[in-house]
Amino acid sequence: MVENNRISARIGRIVIYTIVISLGLVCLLPLWNIVAISFSSSEAVTANAVGLIPVNFTTETYKLIMEDTQFWRSFGISVQRVFLSLLINMVLIVLMAYPLSKSKRVFKGRNIYMNLLIFSMLFNGGMIPTFLVVKNLEMLNTIWSLVLPGAVQVFSIILIMNFFVGVPKSLEEAAIMDGANPLQILLKVYIPISLPALATVALFSIVGNWNDFFSGLIYMTKVSNYPLMTYIQSLSISIEEMLKSGASANSLENMMQVSNKNLNAAKIVVSIIPLLVIYPMLQKYFIHGIVVGSVKE
Amino acid sequence: MSVQTAKTANLENAETMKQKKKWLTTNSMYHLMMLPGMIFLLIFSYIPMFGIIMAFQDYIPAKGMLGSKFVGLEHFIYMFQLPDIGQVFKNTMVIAFGKILLGTFAAIVFSILLNEIRVKFLKKSIQTVVYLPHFLSWVVLAAVVINMFSLDGTVNQMLTFLGLEKLNFLGSNSLFQPLLIGTDVWKEFGFNSIVYLAAITAVDPGQHEAASIDGANWWRRVWHITLPSMLPIILLLAILSLPNILNAGFDQVYNLYTPMVYESGDILDTYVYRIGLLGREYSFGTAVGIFKSIIGMILIISANEMAKKYTDRKLF
Repeated sequence: MVENNRISARIGRIVIYTIVISLGLVCLLPLWNIVAISFSSSEAVTANAVGLIPVNFTTETYKLIMEDTQFWRSFGISVQRVFLSLLINMVLIVLMAYPLSKSKRVFKGRNIYMNLLIFSMLFNGGMIPTFLVVKNLEMLNTIWSLVLPGAVQVFSIILIMNFFVGVPKSLEEAAIMDGANPLQILLKVYIPISLPALATVALFSIVGNWNDFFSGLIYMTKVSNYPLMTYIQSLSISIEEMLKSGASANSLENMMQVSNKNLNAAKIVVSIIPLLVIYPMLQKYFIHGIVVGSVKE
Repeated sequence: MSVQTAKTANLENAETMKQKKKWLTTNSMYHLMMLPGMIFLLIFSYIPMFGIIMAFQDYIPAKGMLGSKFVGLEHFIYMFQLPDIGQVFKNTMVIAFGKILLGTFAAIVFSILLNEIRVKFLKKSIQTVVYLPHFLSWVVLAAVVINMFSLDGTVNQMLTFLGLEKLNFLGSNSLFQPLLIGTDVWKEFGFNSIVYLAAITAVDPGQHEAASIDGANWWRRVWHITLPSMLPIILLLAILSLPNILNAGFDQVYNLYTPMVYESGDILDTYVYRIGLLGREYSFGTAVGIFKSIIGMILIISANEMAKKYTDRKLF
């Protein structure tokens, strides 16, 4: 009986390890396949010969990207957008979260602001009216159309507000004694103590802005103004062509489409490198952030 | 007791009086801090809300909102008469519901299994890998999915190898919805498991030891100890996912669908974009958008009430 149990426990453990490792591989291998394709020759990719190891290893695709001015232009636009958004988001987050963390007795009008913020989260005019506002402000085709509509991140503000509420009152009282005004208190007491929480929302901002392709799609009418994800998205527009390629690979257009596959794969790989660089930080702070943040008791 | 309270109140009053002047400047400074953000909120959230007027007009961009003719509820009536909208609404609900249900299930099962991995290095590596897709854009992941599921993709190569028929995942209306649900679960199950894993590790290990001594096997311990301890967080997340029933995932659908699968793949958001913005049916698109917004708002508020009632937590 005991012996039986021990054996079944061992088998059970082997089964569990196998499942978990397989799930890990299921997440990793499809991504790895793209990396392998990006280092393979077009012929090998067209023949569907590439699995997990590059076939006819080449760095040709990456050399082509180096010379691709549109790719780097879009890359630059995305970098610019991420930094501008990060700056504006963070400034507004701390500026708004601090007064909102006060009770309505201390900050007269606090609840009106709070309700306005929450209502903006619940109800919005939708895609089309927002587009028309951006258009009427003549921001189409400018970097501001990518940055300003997302300037106020309500979710992040609430998250930081809840964090500020938990900061010990004695710290603030001590600063008031020293004659500090609210802005000084925010800068010298609240911000230094909340750096991990601020890192979390900063990462929200970075990832969201880097990954977003839709603003670029609707606010940029010229491809030359596309941010990186919108540019990458425009590459794969002819999915239909690819779908048909199995059936009618003789058409020249299809051939070109398919032989571009390794180049597109390389572009995708380069486009996620910035995220991979900050990934260790993402893992650390996001996990912390979602476990503590978001919902309040 | 009451004397003491009165005393404190008096003290507080005196304090307040002393700080009256200071309080004023502090308060106005608070308002000043709110100002820049509120201006942005006004321009990009509240002014567009007036755009809903367009839904009651025959909006013509050249004439603007003031010059366009009012048509009352015409667009809404038209919307409900269109056979499209019923299908689009159904697609949205089916896709979103499938994602929530299967996604939750997968995340729970994965967190329980992951908790059994005792080799620290292995556990860390697997976590690193399964969280990764969450941080990648659907633009990138669509390329990955198409690469796997197209007619000559890896999955079809495997099917051929096993002697089975090839399946047109991206081009057939019967397979497209399962593909959307499956790939979304793939992207998010790892990340979603974080919260559940936190709940599991919070369980007192003594409970498991005691149960083991009483002869309970792994299944029984999972069923009677682990799962009940996760129940509150499962309930909370299930309630909070309710408002997402109308958000079937624009980015994913937009990057994966083709005219061949509009019938099964079109969701409210993609429909508004395609008909409203690309088709320049601004008024009609806005009407559909409002319809979605109102149902979404009702769902969020009910979810918040339910969360308050059943879990003592709330969103706002």
